Amino acid sequence: MQKINHKNLGAFKQFIILMRGGYSVMKTQQLFAGLVLMALSLGTAQADYTLNLMEGVTSISRDIYGLHMLVLWVCVFIGIGVFGTMFYSIYFHRKSRGFKAANFHESAKVEIIWTIIPTVILILLAIPATRVMIEMDDVTESEMTIKVTGWQWKWEYEYLDSGVHFFSSLDEASNKARQLNSGIDPRTVANYLLEVDKPLVVPVNTKIRFLFTSADVIHSWWVPDLGWKKDTVPGFINESWTSVEKAGTYRGQCTELCGKDHGFMPIVVIAMEKPDYEKWVVEQKSLAVANADAATKEWTKEGLITAGEKVYASNCASCHMPDGAGLAGTFPAITASAVVTGDLNAQVDLMLNGKGMMPAFGQMLDPVDFAAVSTFIRNGLGNRVGDAIQPSAVKALQAAIPEIVYDGDDE
Amino acid sequence: MSAVTAEHEHDDHHDHGPEKGFMRWIVTTNHKDIGTLYLFFALAMFFVGGTMALIIRAELFEPGMQFVTPQFFNSMTTMHALVMVFGAVMPAFVGFANWLIPMMIGAPDMALPRMNNMSFWMLVAGVLLLASTLFMEGGAPASGWTLYPPLVLQTGAALPFAIFSVHLLGISSIMGAINIIATIFNMRAPKMTLMKMPLFVWTWLITAFLLIAIMPVFAGAVTMLLTDRFFDTSFFNAAGGGDPVLYQHIFWFFGHPEVYVMILPTFGIASTIIPVFARKPLFGYSSMVYATAAIAFLSFIVWAHHMFTVGMPISGELYFMYATMLIAIPTGVKIFNWTATMWRGSMTFETPMLFSIAFVVLFTLGGFTGLMMAMAPIDFQYHDTYFIVAHFHYTLVPASVFILMAGGYFWLPKWTGNMYDERLGRLHFWLSAVSVNILFFPQHFLGLAGMPRRIPDYAVQFADWNMVSSVGAFIFGFSQLMFVYIVVKTIKGGTGEKVTDEVWEDAAKHSLEWTLPSPVPYHTFATPPKEIPTEHF
Ligand code: HEM
Ligand SMILES: [Cu+2]
Ligand SMILES: [Cu+2]
Repeated sequence: MQKINHKNLGAFKQFIILMRGGYSVMKTQQLFAGLVLMALSLGTAQADYTLNLMEGVTSISRDIYGLHMLVLWVCVFIGIGVFGTMFYSIYFHRKSRGFKAANFHESAKVEIIWTIIPTVILILLAIPATRVMIEMDDVTESEMTIKVTGWQWKWEYEYLDSGVHFFSSLDEASNKARQLNSGIDPRTVANYLLEVDKPLVVPVNTKIRFLFTSADVIHSWWVPDLGWKKDTVPGFINESWTSVEKAGTYRGQCTELCGKDHGFMPIVVIAMEKPDYEKWVVEQKSLAVANADAATKEWTKEGLITAGEKVYASNCASCHMPDGAGLAGTFPAITASAVVTGDLNAQVDLMLNGKGMMPAFGQMLDPVDFAAVSTFIRNGLGNRVGDAIQPSAVKALQAAIPEIVYDGDDE
Repeated sequence: MSAVTAEHEHDDHHDHGPEKGFMRWIVTTNHKDIGTLYLFFALAMFFVGGTMALIIRAELFEPGMQFVTPQFFNSMTTMHALVMVFGAVMPAFVGFANWLIPMMIGAPDMALPRMNNMSFWMLVAGVLLLASTLFMEGGAPASGWTLYPPLVLQTGAALPFAIFSVHLLGISSIMGAINIIATIFNMRAPKMTLMKMPLFVWTWLITAFLLIAIMPVFAGAVTMLLTDRFFDTSFFNAAGGGDPVLYQHIFWFFGHPEVYVMILPTFGIASTIIPVFARKPLFGYSSMVYATAAIAFLSFIVWAHHMFTVGMPISGELYFMYATMLIAIPTGVKIFNWTATMWRGSMTFETPMLFSIAFVVLFTLGGFTGLMMAMAPIDFQYHDTYFIVAHFHYTLVPASVFILMAGGYFWLPKWTGNMYDERLGRLHFWLSAVSVNILFFPQHFLGLAGMPRRIPDYAVQFADWNMVSSVGAFIFGFSQLMFVYIVVKTIKGGTGEKVTDEVWEDAAKHSLEWTLPSPVPYHTFATPPKEIPTEHF
């Protein structure tokens, strides 16, 4: 980035130089020339940088890119016409050049021409746009389905065909660096704010149907390389589809304001060749089995506390703060909290079902993580309660809670 | 000049001037005083909202969180927008309406002067109430100016206060609108038929109807939020049989015409200023009127272009795409008309004209991006990114705000009798015109490159353009202090040069207010003028 910054400065200087020298109206033309120049020189200076929309890796994203370029050029063309006329007039038809004003006005012919021509252009634009829109809408004949649920502030992915299921949230390095005055330079963090702990993995050249919903507020799932975003609305299900043509890693973000950590719930999609993908699915399944086993075995308190510290960092610290101090007025402290230092059952109950802005972790954490973090907060962050809860006990409790129930407003 | 003489002849009972002292400004029912109140209030709010914008741009100057928490950042984006829309831009246009509509149509005052006073003070109450939420437990609303549920229902103690403030602002706007309609319909000079009204009056007439139609809709939407939160209704709660997206439909049924409330009077002022400095009649007066009406009509049937990604059926997507694209036609008519008005004129470039030309150029850029976003499939990429932020700021800052500045420079000499400092005015213009582009043009690139809007921190590949944008923001923000300086200096005597009644060459051929003395007396047109200007017909 450093080197690139130098180049930018060059472009910026160029621009400033262009801007200098009095304020005749001619300078307005140069202003635009300057901006274009600045854009061009930046564009060549920086290969990894996009000034324009990305073409993406699906047929839809390329269609959209094509439409974008089409309408962009139409605008440039009209702009040259209109601004050209205007600046010609500004330069030549000025009083200081002794130009005498004409007095023409009202011309039905001219008015009709400049109504008809834009209408024709619009129709020509609408035709391909309609075609792409209809194609985007067609989710039939999909080969697999992934359900995406937005949460404040993470994504839940469920592969409806293979049963693979996990949560995906901002990775730890970014999360540390993004704290207020963290002292960590974001430029030293790989893929700052665009990295997750568990990416979504999909096979290439497969028509995948996505189902979108939300557990709390509205989010929007956007990966630019796929060509679209779709809102996740609590209580409703939206559909979309994609078929990624090239293996690779594609990054995106939540694009509907969803509360304080809206900027910190990225999306990472890894598209794999089909055999690799199959392998990945098998791995995930055995991992799930191992997790289920871990939930049945007896854990030591120390084991739970150690495991719980990590769970806390990635699930709880964003609101209750890394040191458990909370945020006055909004998020209660964990340290010396009456709930945490009180009855274990009451604490577990609150964590299972959520309360107000506190999400219901009952469906979000597996029994081991749930038990671990419950134990950790009672025995860490300055608390010394001494008790522990076993994953097996959590499992029994989780079995008793119904599927996601949306309750938008509980004070 | 006939109007002035007419007034002096009939000057038998209202020699009395304004109330003395501070109370003048509290109890005034004079349209000029109320216009001044609106304008100064708007200017103050412009700086309040601007300060919030600079807090946002300071945080976004570099990647990483340096100054504010994410929650406070969201409060800033929300409050910035609400203050700018409801506290600055709308009141500023009402200020111009108050000052100018009676003088332009040859009326002595607004039709309902006491209501006029009340609508101003209601506005102040509404904005103060809104501002007070910044100090409440849980902070000010942080869900964006669109106030989407369910997120907005997570607001702390501020929620009912913010909602009540929207009610107050709505009532104030509706009263203002009724007043404007009543004035225009009942108090025009005898010869001034509807199709002979100045375009500023026309655009405000249409805007007033928009306001009356949409403010109750917004009030209804926020009231449903209130009952959802406190009275167990489920309008927007799926678990109770409601639908969060319903709110968005209602909001944008208000919201899209609302953006036209901020641009139609802009069109009116631009159409007033450009012919004066081109020394040529407006190219197509009647087509301007019809285009304004067409835009106003279309503005009611395109709202869901803000919602292409919420999951509408394909028929809805296509309908709203086509309807939105149609807006480009009357908008084009306007832009072509201004260009044709300049064509073969005898132009001079005083500050009001400079701002107006910049308006035409930069508003057109905003129109172009509008057309791009109207294409539904591409909007699946653009939506909720910085591309949208660039679009609406181009349609609002170098459009509405520039025209407000243009109007200020244009009429200030008439109102005060003093000339502003042209050299400073031009400097203010060039600083603003250059910095506004440094501020907003790069945001197009950011949006296309994938930066979502309303985020307090971003991936490092967005760093360069954000820095450029923030630099532009600070230059733009501080340049506006010049405007305050120029205005104050003009009020206090300006350049010392006394202006003529016309102020601008042949302005009296364009509109009635230039037939009055400069500075305009406290009461004008006690009897209506017998003749009206006919330059444009
Ligand atoms: C040719 C005329 C215009 C067209 C076709 C147009 C189209 C659009 C579209 C499609 C969007 C939604 C984009 C999205 O969220 O994905 C939008 C957003 C917006 N437009 Fe325009 N627009 C036009 C003119 C204007 C004008 C004149 C104004 C204001 C003076 C304006 C203000 C806005 C605002 C404030 C938003 C964003 C609102 C928000 O999401 O917070 N637009 N416009
Ligand atoms: Cu989100
Ligand atoms: Cu709109």
